[in-house]
Amino acid sequence: MSGEQAVILVYSTGHAVRAEKLLQEEGIPSKLVPVPRHLSSDCGVCVRISLADADSARRILDAASMEVQGIHAI
Amino acid sequence: MPGEKVIYFDNAATSWPKPPGVAAAMTHFLEEVGANPGRSGHRLSVEAARIVYAAREAVAALFNAPDPLRVAFGHNVTEALNLALRGLLRPGDHVVTSSMEHNSVMRPLRALEREGVEVTVVGCSAEGFLDPAAVEAAIRPETTLIALNHASNVVGTLLPVAEVGAIARDRDLLLLVDAAQTAGAYPIDVRADGIDLLAFTGHKSLLGPMGTGGLVVGERVDAAHLEPLKRGGTGSRSEHEEQPDFLPDMCESGTANTVGLAGLEAGVNWVLKRGVETIRAHEVSLAGRLIAGLRQIPGLTVYGPLDAEQQTATVSFNAAGLAPSEVGLRLDEEHAIMCRVGLHCAPAAHRTIGTFPEGTVRFGLSAFSTADEVDVALEAVRQMAQEVR
Repeated sequence: MSGEQAVILVYSTGHAVRAEKLLQEEGIPSKLVPVPRHLSSDCGVCVRISLADADSARRILDAASMEVQGIHAI
Repeated sequence: MPGEKVIYFDNAATSWPKPPGVAAAMTHFLEEVGANPGRSGHRLSVEAARIVYAAREAVAALFNAPDPLRVAFGHNVTEALNLALRGLLRPGDHVVTSSMEHNSVMRPLRALEREGVEVTVVGCSAEGFLDPAAVEAAIRPETTLIALNHASNVVGTLLPVAEVGAIARDRDLLLLVDAAQTAGAYPIDVRADGIDLLAFTGHKSLLGPMGTGGLVVGERVDAAHLEPLKRGGTGSRSEHEEQPDFLPDMCESGTANTVGLAGLEAGVNWVLKRGVETIRAHEVSLAGRLIAGLRQIPGLTVYGPLDAEQQTATVSFNAAGLAPSEVGLRLDEEHAIMCRVGLHCAPAAHRTIGTFPEGTVRFGLSAFSTADEVDVALEAVRQMAQEVR
């Protein structure tokens, strides 16, 4: 994963694992990383993707009725 | 004594042996992963979180539950039942249950009764059968929940959960099912059976370790209405001092039994691979053999449906002139057969089948039990019953 990146913030670690699986099934590279401090003081993890994949990621998660807190460029 | 070949017929209490993958998965977790699931973002923590999630997926797949994130893990079915009953019932609410329940349902309900919850216990037949029409007749305007054993832990009798599930839908009530004795041994489809809350334990027919279990929370249950049993750290919403309001985190405060869930995942996947229908057919065959054999022994009373198709592979009996405790002790000491004797934590069920307070001798078979073991046990019981005649 090179170039500009984005993170998908979700409600829990379980949601993050689920999101990662859904994205990987659709061929979108993703990685679970700690939530960047400037986005949230949450101690959990979020899903890091390439910024270029942000729109398709949102579509995939929406299609799976997977609620996300937000997708942020980092 | 360790190492001596034993016949383990106490699977209704906890299953043993476990499939080989269970210990391997637990060892893998302890030796290679070890971290706290999702409390930190490092690779080991993420790997631990993946293991927990894989366990959720396996459980959801087994019960045809649509969302793995609505599987809330806990330590056993008792905790799950307490969460459902205490979490949903409020003073003034009315709950309908059966006379075949385990104390894991009865005791929370009796405690809630003292706090203003109304409880109706619908009587079952001496074989443990429940008439769905009697459940429907017990429903009142204040009824919010029906809490039902899927199968008796004393005599194995299967209760008509799908029929009651249809009634619950029709009357706009929630159905809570205690699947302690059936999860992994009998097909369960929460959607087709109309089960809104499925309480399960990991250490029986799901073939996982003790200290695992949980509650599958259906879409008809409003999570905002479910009061957690405990509150604390969840690894989510850490900036807030208020408990999260979403599943599964709201019900899973404190570090999970991740090593146990690694084992549970392996156990459930073994069940999925073998197939519940295949396991069920094996157990029906053995239970049929056991019931038929016991009924041929003079001086024996066998309880329950006496029909393997209408029960789990758990069979209770008594021998004339022999106390259950004596039978159990002699089966262990003289025949290396492990079973359970006495009241099996279900006084209402024993009153229903007429074995209160002395209890019964209970054989609980599993996916790993064999016809040879059944025959050896039958011969042991035959000898013992003959001696007192």
